[in-house]
Amino acid sequence: MSRRVTLNLGFQGNTRDVTVVIPDDEPTPWQWGERLSVVGKPTPRVDGPLKATGAAHYTYDIELPGMLYGAILRSPRPHARIRNIDLSAAEHLDGVRAVLALEDREIRFAGQEVAAVAAISSDLAADALKLIKVDYEKMPFVVDMDRAMADFAPRVFGSGSNVGRTSTSSVGNVARGLEVAANTIEAAYTTAVQTHVCLETHGAVASFNAARDQLTVWCSTQGVFSVRDDLAVYFSLPPDNVRVVCEFLGGGFGSKFGATPEMIVAARLAGATGVPVKVMLPRGDEHRSTGNRPNSEQKVKLGVDRDGKLTAIDLVQRGSGGIGGGAGSAGPFKSIYRCANIRTEERNIYTNAGPASPMRAPGWPQGCFALELAMDEMARKAGIDRLEFRRRNSDNPVRAAEYEIGARAFGWAEKNSSPKSSGAFKRGVGVASAEWHAVGVPGPEAQVIAHRDGAVEVRVGTQDIGTGTRTILAIVAAEELGLPVDRVKSEIGDTRFLFSVPSGGSLSAPSNTPAVRQAAAHLKDKLFRIAAPILGAEPDDLEASDGFIRVRTNPSRSLAFADVCKRIPGDSISAQGERVANYEGFRTDQAGCQFAEVEVDTETGIVRVTHVVAVHDAGRIIDPLMARSQVNGGILMGIGFALFENRRMDPMLGIMVNPTMDDYKLLGSLDVPRIDVTFFEVANGITNTGVMGLGEVAHVASAAAVACAVYDAIGVPVRSLPITPDRVLAALGRA
Amino acid sequence: MNRFEVITPADLASASRLLAQDGHVAFAGGVDVLDLSKQNVESPTALVNLKGLKELGGIEVRPSGELRLGAMAKLSEVAEHPAIRARFTAIAEAAGEVATPQIRNLGTVGGNILQRPRCWYFRNPDVNCLKKGGDTCYAISGLNRYHAILGGGPAFIVHPSNLAPALIAMRASATIVGPAGERTVELEKFFTLPTVDPKRENSLKSGEIVTEVIVPASPSSVRSHYLEAREKQSFDWPLVSVAIALDRAPGANTVRDARVVMGAVAPVPWRSPEAEAALKGGPLDESRARAAAEAALKDARPMSDNAYKVVIAKVIVRRAIMSVAGLEAA
Ligand SMILES: Cc1cc2nc3c(=O)[nH]c(=O)nc-3n(C[C@H](O)[C@H](O)[C@H](O)COP(=O)(O)OP(=O)(O)OC[C@H]3O[C@@H](n4cnc5c(N)ncnc54)[C@H](O)[C@@H]3O)c2cc1C
Repeated sequence: MSRRVTLNLGFQGNTRDVTVVIPDDEPTPWQWGERLSVVGKPTPRVDGPLKATGAAHYTYDIELPGMLYGAILRSPRPHARIRNIDLSAAEHLDGVRAVLALEDREIRFAGQEVAAVAAISSDLAADALKLIKVDYEKMPFVVDMDRAMADFAPRVFGSGSNVGRTSTSSVGNVARGLEVAANTIEAAYTTAVQTHVCLETHGAVASFNAARDQLTVWCSTQGVFSVRDDLAVYFSLPPDNVRVVCEFLGGGFGSKFGATPEMIVAARLAGATGVPVKVMLPRGDEHRSTGNRPNSEQKVKLGVDRDGKLTAIDLVQRGSGGIGGGAGSAGPFKSIYRCANIRTEERNIYTNAGPASPMRAPGWPQGCFALELAMDEMARKAGIDRLEFRRRNSDNPVRAAEYEIGARAFGWAEKNSSPKSSGAFKRGVGVASAEWHAVGVPGPEAQVIAHRDGAVEVRVGTQDIGTGTRTILAIVAAEELGLPVDRVKSEIGDTRFLFSVPSGGSLSAPSNTPAVRQAAAHLKDKLFRIAAPILGAEPDDLEASDGFIRVRTNPSRSLAFADVCKRIPGDSISAQGERVANYEGFRTDQAGCQFAEVEVDTETGIVRVTHVVAVHDAGRIIDPLMARSQVNGGILMGIGFALFENRRMDPMLGIMVNPTMDDYKLLGSLDVPRIDVTFFEVANGITNTGVMGLGEVAHVASAAAVACAVYDAIGVPVRSLPITPDRVLAALGRA
Repeated sequence: MNRFEVITPADLASASRLLAQDGHVAFAGGVDVLDLSKQNVESPTALVNLKGLKELGGIEVRPSGELRLGAMAKLSEVAEHPAIRARFTAIAEAAGEVATPQIRNLGTVGGNILQRPRCWYFRNPDVNCLKKGGDTCYAISGLNRYHAILGGGPAFIVHPSNLAPALIAMRASATIVGPAGERTVELEKFFTLPTVDPKRENSLKSGEIVTEVIVPASPSSVRSHYLEAREKQSFDWPLVSVAIALDRAPGANTVRDARVVMGAVAPVPWRSPEAEAALKGGPLDESRARAAAEAALKDARPMSDNAYKVVIAKVIVRRAIMSVAGLEAA
């Protein structure tokens, strides 16, 4: 039933043998240094041409016969009781097919869903919204985190305090650690609310069958199965009666898990009208209502001894996820650096603003920024080189190796010691450490099908949030079957395929690739059984490579893969594979570090990032092109967080003032620095592919590295993100 | 966005007649017209399409050296025009710094100077501010980091046009055709402060169409330059901009005449006679440039969040002067 396999795990110069027990039908994990034919080679995104030519169908592109267009009315008020909603005028408008009241009690943020309509055109739907009369009874509100904590602040939730439960962690004795320290620092850091800004806004097309017991939803989601389950519960249907499809998805970043309000609205309207209904959110709603990364205020104390070793790390943090929670940022404080005494305290403050939702490494970019800038402030005070300071306080050998690779690629020694340049423009460099845990989970199942014409299809109920999932699944199956990648097609994004997990938390690659590999291995066994008698060999003696199935000991005895497929009885042959539980590995965490160089105009306070070097480990890299693209995206989002992005709320009106693409400052092409990415390959075990996720770890340290570089350039820390010109000038004492 | 029809008039006179009707709005490149409709700031019933009106087209440097910019000339054409770059440099630079290539390929000269302000209260469909007939300028007690530091009140918007400061620095005037015939107005006098009417930014009357902008010949002794500071390098509005035109006698280092016009600092393009006077006082060097920059912002009255704009404005004015003067920063 199971077998023992010895794996050589680790990285160059630091390997060890580990014996693991794996199920019999699990392919032997790819070994360190094993020669693979397509895995690890750069393969262009398989659906790139479809996306570039517009042929890829996103939710927005779904058009069904008889389809209606839905629209959602949102509250312009931040806090109000609804006395009455009058839908009648909207209902009587020609072309309107359904009108729903969504909320009939209390509104808690400007942008909350109030009512919805379905009409024969989106223009008519918009007209109908204007006819809905809502009688609001204004209530006091608070959008500012500090004010929300005051004794007599308006309550966001009538019953409870605006200050959520404090969550604390503690190891050792921080007070003692600070006492014995040779140097201490204490400072407060803040970060702003960042919105996800998915290129494709949230939206869905929903359709019921005539009996209203089968629901199909096309939607922009990170988790077709989680949407299915939520909708099944909402509409009291068996999960099997709900089908969710997401062929292409224009970004999620954590804001598109589960059945979000507009999906439920689309489905309710479809139920009410008996025809399909499409609801796509306008950009403003996307900014205000679909989630965000909470802000933070982080009071940090550090202590170090004479040798530059940390003796204490203390964090007192608060953040506001609006009417939602999850504003904590303690993660990096607890684990990036080694310290005997660490205490963290996190509190979520409720405000009358749109709810937070998970966003790319929830809490970590905020925490990493505060921790790393504090580390730099300490290094300066203690007179230690910043990189050396980090080396001394890290006991992770992967990170140690990555610091060296990055420092060399970046030219740290030289850039860190060269003058900041004279005149108004000053250059500075910074380094920050990342961390994430992306070993994946069991659960996904995959199907791999060989057709008589030799084409191979992979089917998994995962979805591609832009990371290149289709591409890497095809690569893994192609590797196992000894085929070029273009012979394999990945079909994903449909709950009719076998189950997979949501694409978030860097889960996709490490959770799906092992299932696909196992399925491909099982398919290969079946094909070997077809080929064996023809080749006069036992199935066990065969191997698949270069498009052939051949006898291992006598490679000249071979059959083309396609010729074997011609002998498939019936039309196709398929096999399944499952993602088995994680087995032992080298480490379950990922390190990673990023170096940034900035140029600061000290007279105007304008900062430009000129160069970023990123070094990351993600186990085995399946496709360096897809992986690099992930890291590029993580860095750019981090630069936006560091320099530009800020959801700004007017304290008197209680509304977001910048819910547009020109007022909400997203970086553009000219703001993109030179980026060099190096992957530090670690044989990590854990699964048969040894792959780890990369989406989050690539983003954790980016803003921190930029902030540290700004500090280096101007000699004073800017302790608040985004680092806008006013803040730089204020830090320099110029404004 | 409400529903509207698009009318393409046969000639200028009918365009003007159409525009005299309620709810009729001129449609040039359409960049701002459509934004304003989508933001429910304006709800036109008809767009009067100016494309194809021959009086509004073209760019021409006349034998006299005078520059004529048809109102429908595209920003990208202005930015790339060799003669404008050589002799009316600030104008080409100002056009070239606008937004992105896509917007420069759509946006026109007329549309650029007539676009409405970008204030986030004004542009918010849920806010009825002073400029939309309400009674409050929310920037006063609200978030005003991008608002006026000069000339504000009772509304505190900043004028958004890149082109306008450059055109005013080069003494341009607009030709306007309307129900009452044709008139010519110096651009400097065309823009109006909120004290005149908080709902408007200029004196264009109902039914009037800007047909062209005329820039008088610029002597070879004049050098001009447009410079802006913005947070992002792509797709962003200036925090502060300035256009400078300096006339120096050949070989001499003293300024005969100067124009300093700032953008994004006030509800209108803001000409600074104080800075111009400071420039004319003696030999042009860094300290004179500094003095002129100080003078330009002498009357600045920053709001709660935008004192930094005063600092940046001084730097941008000084740098622009230094650059036109061919001086290196010390
Ligand atoms: C993201 C973004 C960034 C931008 N950044 C900048 C920037 O940095 N600097 C800058 O200057 N601009 C910027 N713009 C604004 C852009 O330059 C203007 O919207 C554009 O130039 C307007 O020109 P248009 O021809 O499209 O005008 P339209 O939108 O067609 O018209 C604008 C207004 O002028 C009226 N109008 C137009 N032509 C005439 C005429 N001949 N006679 C009478 N009335 C007329 C219209 O009725 C309308 O009210 C930006 C715009 C966007 C969307």
